[in-house]
Amino acid sequence: MVKNVYMDNAATTPVKKEVLDEMLPYFTEKYGNPSSIYRLGREGKAAIDDSRNKVANAIGANPKEIYFTSGGSEADNWAIKGVAFANKKKGNHIITSKVEHHGILHTCEYLERNGFDVTYLDVDENGIVDLKELEEAITDKTILISIMFANNEIGTIQPVKEIGEIAKKNGVFFHTDGVQAVGKIEIDVDDLNIDMLSMSAHKIYGPKGIGALYIRKGVKIHPHIHGGAQEKNRRAGTENVPSIVGFAKAIEMACENIDEHNKKLIKLRDKLIKDIANNISHVKLNGHPEKRLSNNVNFSFEFIEGEALLLSLDMVGVAGSSGSACTSGSLDPSHVLLSIGLPHEIAHGSLRLSLGDFNTEEEVDYVVENLITIVDRLRKMSPLYENVKEDK
Amino acid sequence: MYSEKVMDHFSNPRNVGEIENADGVGQVGNPKCGDIMKMYLKIEDDVIVDIKFKTFGCGSAIATSSMATELIKGKTIEEALKLTNKAVAEALGGLPPVKMHCSVLAEQAVKAALLDYSKKNGIEIEQLKDFDPDEDVHEH
Ligand SMILES: Cc1ncc(COP(=O)(O)O)c(C=O)c1O
Ligand SMILES: [Zn+2]
Repeated sequence: MVKNVYMDNAATTPVKKEVLDEMLPYFTEKYGNPSSIYRLGREGKAAIDDSRNKVANAIGANPKEIYFTSGGSEADNWAIKGVAFANKKKGNHIITSKVEHHGILHTCEYLERNGFDVTYLDVDENGIVDLKELEEAITDKTILISIMFANNEIGTIQPVKEIGEIAKKNGVFFHTDGVQAVGKIEIDVDDLNIDMLSMSAHKIYGPKGIGALYIRKGVKIHPHIHGGAQEKNRRAGTENVPSIVGFAKAIEMACENIDEHNKKLIKLRDKLIKDIANNISHVKLNGHPEKRLSNNVNFSFEFIEGEALLLSLDMVGVAGSSGSACTSGSLDPSHVLLSIGLPHEIAHGSLRLSLGDFNTEEEVDYVVENLITIVDRLRKMSPLYENVKEDK
Repeated sequence: MYSEKVMDHFSNPRNVGEIENADGVGQVGNPKCGDIMKMYLKIEDDVIVDIKFKTFGCGSAIATSSMATELIKGKTIEEALKLTNKAVAEALGGLPPVKMHCSVLAEQAVKAALLDYSKKNGIEIEQLKDFDPDEDVHEH
């Protein structure tokens, strides 16, 4: 009876067959170094050029503005550090938010230890930054605004276009971490005034360890890896051709019919949200009710702890994730859940279920059915639940 | 990351529940850190004849509560006081380092319940003289 239900697609996704098929020849047959001049090398080079076009196409950019990286974390690091060090003469102030991925937050903390000032904007109870606060935070020392496109834990989508406009108006570069947004939200970097965009392949059915940073022409940024002339002297190292090809195929597939993908995902998402809310008491949906990723469901279950919930789900074959301290290995629950104002004990009891192209309605039913039993069992064990029952 | 023993005690915890008119009740931890354990004792002639627990917490918090109750059920107060967090962890086949605090909490919960028993009965328990059930043991 135990099924395997994978609902942690925000953590990573399986590589699609079509993606793998495109990649395979570049391991064993077309293995040449793209910098070599003979045919085998030129084949690799052509594959990279073609891939760069596809990635650029997916976000309305010029291929010359796409730089392949080892993934989202590297793109985040490069954008922040690269702009910070290249614009030191102009200023040392960076604005970001409290709900960013650690790829941004820990990079900013590193810069703070090295002479930069960072403003971490608060978010409201749904996880959205305040545009007025953003505007007020800008000083003549501000060189960069980095606000994520969509949040990986609670799925909240930021007003990216408006942020882009504010950045442009004030002559400040705007970076956005689009790792969770790519393939789920239509992105046109010109329309949205985005100067830099982080992307990652493994969230969109591509391989792990590959991604890209979009850098608008004219953005002042230092090279990231010093060495060979790859990526226009900005990111050295022999290119990971199979992964680049896989990433390009994945982003192409993800972006060619976003609306159709989303229609299916939103249907499953809303069913999951409705079924949990209707069948389990004392729950709270985290994140914005409407401005949220098509695949994100995040609930807090009062009186129980997230890791116990995850282990119980795992025993019936369901894979999810939690923002509880016990799953992060630190004392505090997730910084995102605390930033939207959840008390510690509610944040500990959070569960993120993130849907993907392979999930079905039957799986949603299976998960909800099991959740009802599991939450009931854990609450019966919880000393926090006693008083609640007495209230009734 | 967890041993089979831990998973067994997590999925089939022993002695879950409450004891009405318990002779001693102890609660440790707080919701902020994510773990709360509550222990109920029934004591006759210095012997723990029954023990029950309730826990809000992660997998290892539930498993260590369960194991602690199993280790001291039927034991004398004297023996129960010798229960250490290490003994609980070992009986479970070990715990990941970040989860050792859960076993400390289990030891504390037993002591807190025994302290409550001693207070209710006007008994002085030498080993609990310096014991503070509200002490923060959380060090992930
Ligand atoms: C919002 C966000 N940014 C960055 C990353 C890091 O991406 P990668 O795993 O490719 O380094 C992730 C994924 O964990 C993410 O969700
Ligand atoms: Zn804990």
